[in-house]
Amino acid sequence: MRDGVSRGRSRALADAFALKISLADLRISSQLPKVAEGGEKDIMAGRVCRSLLQRVCLSGTRSYSTDVRTVTLIPGDGIGPEISAAVQKIFTAANVPIVWEEVDVTPVKGPDGKFGIPPSAIESVNRNGIGLKGPLMTPVGKGHRSLNLAIRKEFNLYANVRPCRSIEGYETLYNDVDVVTIRENTEGEYSGIEHEIVDGVVQSIKLITEPASRRVAEYAFQYARNNGRSKVTAVHKANIMRMSDGLFLRCCREAAEKNPDIRFEEKYLDTVCLNMVQDPSQYDVLVMPNLYGDILSDLCAGLVGGLGLTPSGNIGEGGAVFESVHGTAPDIAGQDKANPTALLLSAVMMLRFMNLYKHAEIIERACFETIKEGNYRTGDLGGKAKCSEFTNEICSKIDVLQG
Amino acid sequence: MAAAVNRSLLSGLKSIRPLVSASQTRSLHGVAPLTSAIQAPVSKPEGRTTATLIPGDGVGPELCQVVLDVFQNAGVPVDFEEHYLTELYAKRSETLDEVVDSIRRNGVCLKGILATPDHSSDGELKTLNMKLRDELDLYANVVHVKSLSGLNVRHKNVDMVVIREQTEGEYSALEHESVEGVVECLKIMTREKCRRIAKFAFDYATRNNRKKVTAVHKANIMKLGDGLFLRQCEEVAAMYPNIEFSNMIIDNCTMQLVSNPHQFDVLVLPNLYGNIVDNLAAGLVGGAGIVAGASYSSDSVVFEPGARHTFSEAVGKNVANPTAMLLASANMLNHMNLQYYGNMVKSAVDRVIRIGKVRTKDMGGHSTTLDFSRAVIANLRY
Repeated sequence: MRDGVSRGRSRALADAFALKISLADLRISSQLPKVAEGGEKDIMAGRVCRSLLQRVCLSGTRSYSTDVRTVTLIPGDGIGPEISAAVQKIFTAANVPIVWEEVDVTPVKGPDGKFGIPPSAIESVNRNGIGLKGPLMTPVGKGHRSLNLAIRKEFNLYANVRPCRSIEGYETLYNDVDVVTIRENTEGEYSGIEHEIVDGVVQSIKLITEPASRRVAEYAFQYARNNGRSKVTAVHKANIMRMSDGLFLRCCREAAEKNPDIRFEEKYLDTVCLNMVQDPSQYDVLVMPNLYGDILSDLCAGLVGGLGLTPSGNIGEGGAVFESVHGTAPDIAGQDKANPTALLLSAVMMLRFMNLYKHAEIIERACFETIKEGNYRTGDLGGKAKCSEFTNEICSKIDVLQG
Repeated sequence: MAAAVNRSLLSGLKSIRPLVSASQTRSLHGVAPLTSAIQAPVSKPEGRTTATLIPGDGVGPELCQVVLDVFQNAGVPVDFEEHYLTELYAKRSETLDEVVDSIRRNGVCLKGILATPDHSSDGELKTLNMKLRDELDLYANVVHVKSLSGLNVRHKNVDMVVIREQTEGEYSALEHESVEGVVECLKIMTREKCRRIAKFAFDYATRNNRKKVTAVHKANIMKLGDGLFLRQCEEVAAMYPNIEFSNMIIDNCTMQLVSNPHQFDVLVLPNLYGNIVDNLAAGLVGGAGIVAGASYSSDSVVFEPGARHTFSEAVGKNVANPTAMLLASANMLNHMNLQYYGNMVKSAVDRVIRIGKVRTKDMGGHSTTLDFSRAVIANLRY
């Protein structure tokens, strides 16, 4: 028992210092007081250690969680179930220490009579602190909040991270893209505050706050450091929105001062757009307010071949949700034709987030090599392979890589 | 593609129009100035015309000097009223009123780029650019983005027109800090202005034989603001049954632009999206140094580079590319009914780029601004 505890403790400590999932786990672990409010960086190691120790001892069912973690899986609609199954299969082949908890997010009628996400689904992500999500049909005029919005609100997912990398073997006009867009995801132009002042005159309010700007700016630098990147570019339009974007820019400058090891530069949004289509290699990590991020992340995805190849992660204080941002493709759903790459790469991002770097590396390599060789490409990449064939090829590559 | 070829054939057959792009299309498709020379009596008046010149910041003055040199060598009968307007050195700048008076009087202006610093000493939120546009009501910015033959860029045969509303929207300069650390920034959209720009776009498409207008927006998020814009575009589109209308969300639009720019013909956009797409599209065909643009009000036109960058890091280094400025000045001449000279300048620039011996740094060469200027002058065909 004692050995077990101390092993659990040291493992837990390692995790706590990695300072990622454990925060979320801690908060959730039932009887304990809220030790770590998300965002609070300087947690006293002693307290963390003690509470983790308590958790290991008290909550019997979750005591193994330092070895095998549970991840919520939302397969999604359309091609979602197929590509989710593909990811699960690949993860099994790579012996990733993860248990999936599949949840259904079909809207149900809540106590207030409104349709919404089933509470069990929310609770699952809440409990696990981490989720993987396939594409979901956007409810148009169905009168319930979209799952994206519900989850984003629930976990305060403040940063949307979208790495875009040229994929070898799949030719586009751009072969030197390797950028990461980090987008503030909770405010800005998407505040949803609009009104018609007089007939024919509408004002939409863009809201920029200091805490949210600072939070995302600091995350950008943290991301850059954790992922071995050397430069952060703040994208703004402070020349015309001098107060709001000015505030955002100021927060970025402050974060830059605190992180002198990462290079920092500021660029106007229009300049970035202009340079990005001419020479994407001059950018590394880009951090920006909501709307600009929305636009630039799609632009970058376009450079490397569309949304079918780009992963995405939403980082929050209470957890993180990784997803593929492409559509549900109802026209090919159930025909074993879909390309699971985006979801797979999102899952790889998730592994890195969980500090499972080795597994992430192997899976990513297998995936890229399969695409590069070109024998098992799916239809969207100009091949003829089925989703299952593509998946199997990746699995066999993983077997080889693992020896 | 087929449509584009058709269009150029059609406009090749058309008689001379006073508008910018008709003559552009003509000369780009190899009809040499010789043809224009035959028609010259129409467009080579005896008198002289006056236009306003705002050199602007950054490399603006250098580029304007190139234009002046070329004009002098081409014998262009245009006199410039030069006004130094800047936001960087407030004390040396002429007042906005003087400049506005001059542009009103002349109706035509050639303008470099005005730098917009991201702060101002007196807390003013409006930039000088915004003030100038508001004063003159320069509501429509038109940038014809077209691949130049001879340039080695990733995207070939791009040909689209970006029409941007530039007097409202995000550029309203209405911001306030409600409580400390919380800033609200207002984006204003009005029915009148949305309708006006939509009508401008469709009129432009009609006059220039364009087939399709695409409205770009974000009405899925800004349901009222961008919704208003989209609705006005739809209503105006109904009055132009010969022109195809479609709409696209801005993020998707940027993705389409970098992967398949050929699907676009005329784009009409609110202010900020216009700024983004102008620059993006300019990047597709070779950068800020080669794309010309123009801002229209109901009675005056300001010709300027299409993607607005002062390129201040190149000041005095003699490396900036004067193509955008020269093309803008050629468009200005066409607008002033001096097609003979307009075409002369334009085809000289085209020839220099097509031959490709003299290229500035941004075009992959090592020539200086002055080299380029000399090459253009040497290629002027009378």
